[in-house]
Amino acid sequence: MKTNDIILQTVTKITLFVIILFSIYLFFTGHYHPGGGFIGGLMASGAIVLLLLAYDIEMVKAILPVDYRKMIGIGLLFSAGTGAGALLAGKPFLTHAYTYANLPILGKTSLHTAVLFDTGVFLVVIGVTMTIIQTIGESD
Amino acid sequence: MEILMSFLIGILFMTATYLMLSKSLLRIIVGTGLLSHGAHLLILTMGDLKRGAAPLLGENAESYVDPLPQALILTAIVISFGVTSFFLVLAYRAYQELGTDNMDRLRGKEGHE
Amino acid sequence: MNNLLIIPILIPLFTGIILIIFSSNIRLQRTISGISSIVTIIFTAALAFQVYNDGIQTMNVSNWEAPFGITLVSDMLSSLLVLTTSIIAAACLFYSFWSIGEDREKFYYYPIFQFLIVGVNGAFTTGDIFNLFVFFEVMLMSSYVLLVLGGTKIQLRETIKYILVNVISSALFVITVAFLYSVVGTLNMAHISARIAESGNSGILTVIAVLFLIVFGLKGAIFPLYFWLPGSYYAPPAPVMALFGALLTKVGVYSITRTYTLFFYHDAGFAIELLQILAIFTIIAGAIGAIAFHDVKKIIIYNIIIAVGVILFGVSIMNSESVTGSIFYLIHDMIIKAALFLLVGIIVKLAGTADLRKMGGFIHTYPGLGWTFFIASLALAGIPPLSGFIGKLLIVRSGFEDESFWGAGIVLMSSLVVLFSIMKIFIGAFWGKARVPKNTGKVPVTSLLAAPALLTALAVLYGLGTEAIYPVISLAAETLKNPDIYINAVLKE
Repeated sequence: MKTNDIILQTVTKITLFVIILFSIYLFFTGHYHPGGGFIGGLMASGAIVLLLLAYDIEMVKAILPVDYRKMIGIGLLFSAGTGAGALLAGKPFLTHAYTYANLPILGKTSLHTAVLFDTGVFLVVIGVTMTIIQTIGESD
Repeated sequence: MEILMSFLIGILFMTATYLMLSKSLLRIIVGTGLLSHGAHLLILTMGDLKRGAAPLLGENAESYVDPLPQALILTAIVISFGVTSFFLVLAYRAYQELGTDNMDRLRGKEGHE
Repeated sequence: MNNLLIIPILIPLFTGIILIIFSSNIRLQRTISGISSIVTIIFTAALAFQVYNDGIQTMNVSNWEAPFGITLVSDMLSSLLVLTTSIIAAACLFYSFWSIGEDREKFYYYPIFQFLIVGVNGAFTTGDIFNLFVFFEVMLMSSYVLLVLGGTKIQLRETIKYILVNVISSALFVITVAFLYSVVGTLNMAHISARIAESGNSGILTVIAVLFLIVFGLKGAIFPLYFWLPGSYYAPPAPVMALFGALLTKVGVYSITRTYTLFFYHDAGFAIELLQILAIFTIIAGAIGAIAFHDVKKIIIYNIIIAVGVILFGVSIMNSESVTGSIFYLIHDMIIKAALFLLVGIIVKLAGTADLRKMGGFIHTYPGLGWTFFIASLALAGIPPLSGFIGKLLIVRSGFEDESFWGAGIVLMSSLVVLFSIMKIFIGAFWGKARVPKNTGKVPVTSLLAAPALLTALAVLYGLGTEAIYPVISLAAETLKNPDIYINAVLKE
């Protein structure tokens, strides 16, 4: 059955970027405020799911040619690697390092290895969610 | 407030039990979801419900709530999210492969394929 | 602070992650996971050696002080179990190379295998009750995938039941941790023990003890809660079955032992008595199953249940001799069950059926397999000087000293049942007229036989070297008997 979803497609084109931006905002604001890699990742995968609903699975694969299973691996590598980096410094596992730096435009910013850890979480969440959706979606 | 929460948790557990005793696999999965919701609310209640700001550095409040139960709930939510989604995918595959979602017909015989 | 503790968790974790990324190249997957399993054995042996020499090792993850952050604790018991786990994992891995089949290998078999080891090693090492839950879930998630991998009808059906049982028990685990947190206000296991010692016993603690028994009993398959085990463990292929039978139930048994010796030792009342009664019933239920079935896999599966009962009976008596016996028996059982499951996997593969009445005469064509199986069965039944003997001797003797005549008598009787059931397999499969399916000639089994033969040899050495191992095991029992050693090591570093 072919449905006419021109409205959904048009709206998706605009809202997609808003959702992605909001997910990135959530990711960074999670450092000191509510937010973080997990909900940021969920929000980003929500955007991709919206794309899937508006278009079909081949189209999305053409737009985002990503192997989501490899994405899980890379995300895990980020998170576990950040944790294991502390071992090299002779600190207990998962000990984080941080410093404050004056960056142009942003001003005084805290640079924290926890961001790398959270990037890993972000990637893993997108990877896992999209793998699940694809597993169910592909067999239809 | 604690009394109210206890009732809520009790109702969640009751509904979950009812759903899990039914024969349809999908209802059972919804039941397991409700069961873990009840368990998460139980952690929140057990860690004392008090007034205070969220335990975050950006809040700058006089008193904060105990952050530990919230960390535990977050972990438990993520885990139950993973398990539930795996369960759903499995149920879907099983439905395709075995042609039924009725638990009575999923029983199987001893040692048979 | 000692980072060696986390190495047995980190190596499988990183191996698993790298294997996900290189999922298409099977040769590479085999090489990487083979090397990593051997490296893990070396590190765990070093850890056990260090714990034996320097006492309990601890590590505060993320550099948070002990009662506030997550602490990993390696005492003698946990480091021994981690060592045994890595040896069994390596054996099952090498066995999988020749038996698991390309379909599963392509579908993330090796990464999931490694994650299972992460969960098991983590559960043995952690010193934080909620972290224990997390590692349980890592282990269970991997076990769900390993159980369903291959996607045959029986696997799909049994996995649904297995997940349902475990989701309910996980929810109960969360509920129990919530109760415990509201009573003692901490999650660090050593700190919980200290707080319980200060506050003394109360009714709610007995409730928590029983809840823990239900949660871990579901995983460890004790008497009324073992119903899911024979069906679920029957479904997967032999190496996965060996991993589950040797490791997963033992994690449940370890957790019961840890919580009961660390938290609930003040109260020698209701909960411990309940544990003892349930342990005896577990032995009886397992014995009935082991005698009743003519299916080789089912017989070994019911033998797991018997062993769980024997170990927990030793724990429930709670004197240092019986606990020593339990630890001896626990490690013996892990090794020998893995060996037997792998051997039974070969037998089923050769006969093309698991039904004893439809096979026979393998001793003519496969003498090596036959005699390995014979030695392994004697070790399982506890014939001296093989490995099962000393553990059972200590448990039975302390049972009689404790005047639990019924329990000790049933443990003794269970040895006979085990011997009978396992000899039934030996006679049925190896004696009599050869009834090999016609289409095959002699199948080469040497490469498959290597891993279980090594494990059996290890079990024989474990039995012959009892004298040498005894101080190590009694050190482990000593820590379990005196929780103060554990508490001081964690809280006052």
